[in-house]
Amino acid sequence: MSKNVEHVNEPEVTAENLKQFKGRSMAQETVRRLMKNKGAIVGMIFLICLVIIAVVSGFIFDYDTQIIGLNPTEIYAKPGLAHPFGCDNMGRDILARIMYGARYSLTIGIGSVLIGLCIGLILGSLAGFYGGFIDNLVMRANDILYSIPNIMIAVVVVSIFGTSVASLLLSLCVTAATSFARISRAAVMQVRGQEFVESAYAMGLPTWKVILRHIIPNCLSPIIVQVTLAVGNNIIAASSLSFLGVGIPVPIPEWGAMLSDGRTYIRSAPWMCVFPGLAIMVTVLALNLMGDGLRDALDPKLKK
Amino acid sequence: MIRYILKRLVLMIPTILLTSLLIFWAMSLTGGDPVQTILPENATVEQQEALREEMGLNDPFFVQYFRYVGGIVTGNMGTSYVTGLDVFDTFMHRLPMTLALGGTAVIISVLISIPLGIWTALNQNTWKDTLGMVLALFGVSMPNFWLGLMLILIFSLGLGWLPSGGSDGIQYLILPALTVGLGLAALITRTTRSSMLDVIRQDYMTTAKAKGASFKRVIYRHGLRNAMIPIVTAIGMQFSLVMTGSALAETVFSWPGIGLLVVNSINKRDTPTVTGSIILCCILMALINLIVDIVYAYCDPRIKAQYSRKG
Repeated sequence: MSKNVEHVNEPEVTAENLKQFKGRSMAQETVRRLMKNKGAIVGMIFLICLVIIAVVSGFIFDYDTQIIGLNPTEIYAKPGLAHPFGCDNMGRDILARIMYGARYSLTIGIGSVLIGLCIGLILGSLAGFYGGFIDNLVMRANDILYSIPNIMIAVVVVSIFGTSVASLLLSLCVTAATSFARISRAAVMQVRGQEFVESAYAMGLPTWKVILRHIIPNCLSPIIVQVTLAVGNNIIAASSLSFLGVGIPVPIPEWGAMLSDGRTYIRSAPWMCVFPGLAIMVTVLALNLMGDGLRDALDPKLKK
Repeated sequence: MIRYILKRLVLMIPTILLTSLLIFWAMSLTGGDPVQTILPENATVEQQEALREEMGLNDPFFVQYFRYVGGIVTGNMGTSYVTGLDVFDTFMHRLPMTLALGGTAVIISVLISIPLGIWTALNQNTWKDTLGMVLALFGVSMPNFWLGLMLILIFSLGLGWLPSGGSDGIQYLILPALTVGLGLAALITRTTRSSMLDVIRQDYMTTAKAKGASFKRVIYRHGLRNAMIPIVTAIGMQFSLVMTGSALAETVFSWPGIGLLVVNSINKRDTPTVTGSIILCCILMALINLIVDIVYAYCDPRIKAQYSRKG
């Protein structure tokens, strides 16, 4: 392996050749690949619609009468033209409640992941960057939290703060934070040793700037993918906790709480159980489709 | 190997101490005043104070905590405020039910997901692959307890084949185990597929084919064995999911396991049962994780060698 081998076949570096590589930025390239993925497009369109529904439902429905009120004439109305998804044990339109409930599921799903992301990213990148004592401390704490099933964490949080949107957010962000800490630690450890980090130091940047500007942006792709998947997971987890009675209290039309309600009436009004669950499933499906699409778009190597 | 297991068991002790401290502290903040729960409403202040003294509630927090930890070691974790039964006994009495449910669910999921994962990987980019992956995607996206409700709707209320709740025999186990197992199967199918796809392209697979090994032998002996590590990891990682899933399935199907015990105790504000059950669950999880790590060693001789070296 002589070092003096001439690179005969290497093309000349000309402005023309460089253009070919400079044509698209990394982000543009990712978006282009994402747009080719039909599943991801479908998922994205659905999620955009859902966000619009969540926002608009606040204006078109009256919370006190239509969402949590009692309409004696419509009790157990079967799904039909007037009520596409039927009515529940208090005569409330299930479609309206599901549309309104999107606010809770989306807020909790996205909110808990964002909070968890901030905590996990900071702790994980510190652990990955410094190693040693900090790494041990963070990762052992992580191991402990990780070994407690998230339902147990929620039980503890709820017994301290009571059932509310805030305590649900708190208990779910703990689980999210542990997974983000793991992922960002691994990603930072991979990037830490590379030359561009050294050169950033050589330029005289302080450590926090090196982490923020040079290390974290280079670890983003596994984290972005995890964010979409975690939102889906947390929507399911939130509804599960509400179903068990340690999440959002009735009569708030959170999808899991609606299922918990509907369970009692599964014989007389099965639609009370069917549709809120479908809403959860379709939403999470859309998020998973997007997450899978993002993963393929960000890391084309994976999709051989 | 035995030294490794012993070392892990010793390392578990501080973890459990810390976890139990956390939970004990959190629950003592919130459990409310047990004296009010136990005594009738017309009890005098003196009676309340006497009971408080008797239960050791007036002691400093750490005294209470260490008394509690001592109790864990001897299997004495207090008695339930509601039923008056010993918490440890209640937990141990319920444990087999949850283990039966979780175990059956894991077996169901492995029986479905590994063949399905291999099948989709072998037929990559055909309609079979797409079908399998769409099924798995639906499975991952579905809330477990909703699947349970739908199974009740179809198989108990619609067709009348299986009971919708209770625990008087094997037929009662089928629906809850399916509920937990199908969700798990979806996850493991995805892992199996990607792990198999990685392995299929390796040179040793070509070598195995070239030396004339049969298709089955190539896939199972050379392929699956090498693909197993990520799959076992995935299964191992899902045990906390199995616990959560079981709690949900137990609630849906009134299966009298640990999950139902915890959920009911929360609703009745039965703090000793909740605290005890959660701590025992954490110990259980730590033990299961250890077993998963030992299973790795048997799947991969390299890991076994590593364990032995470290001692």
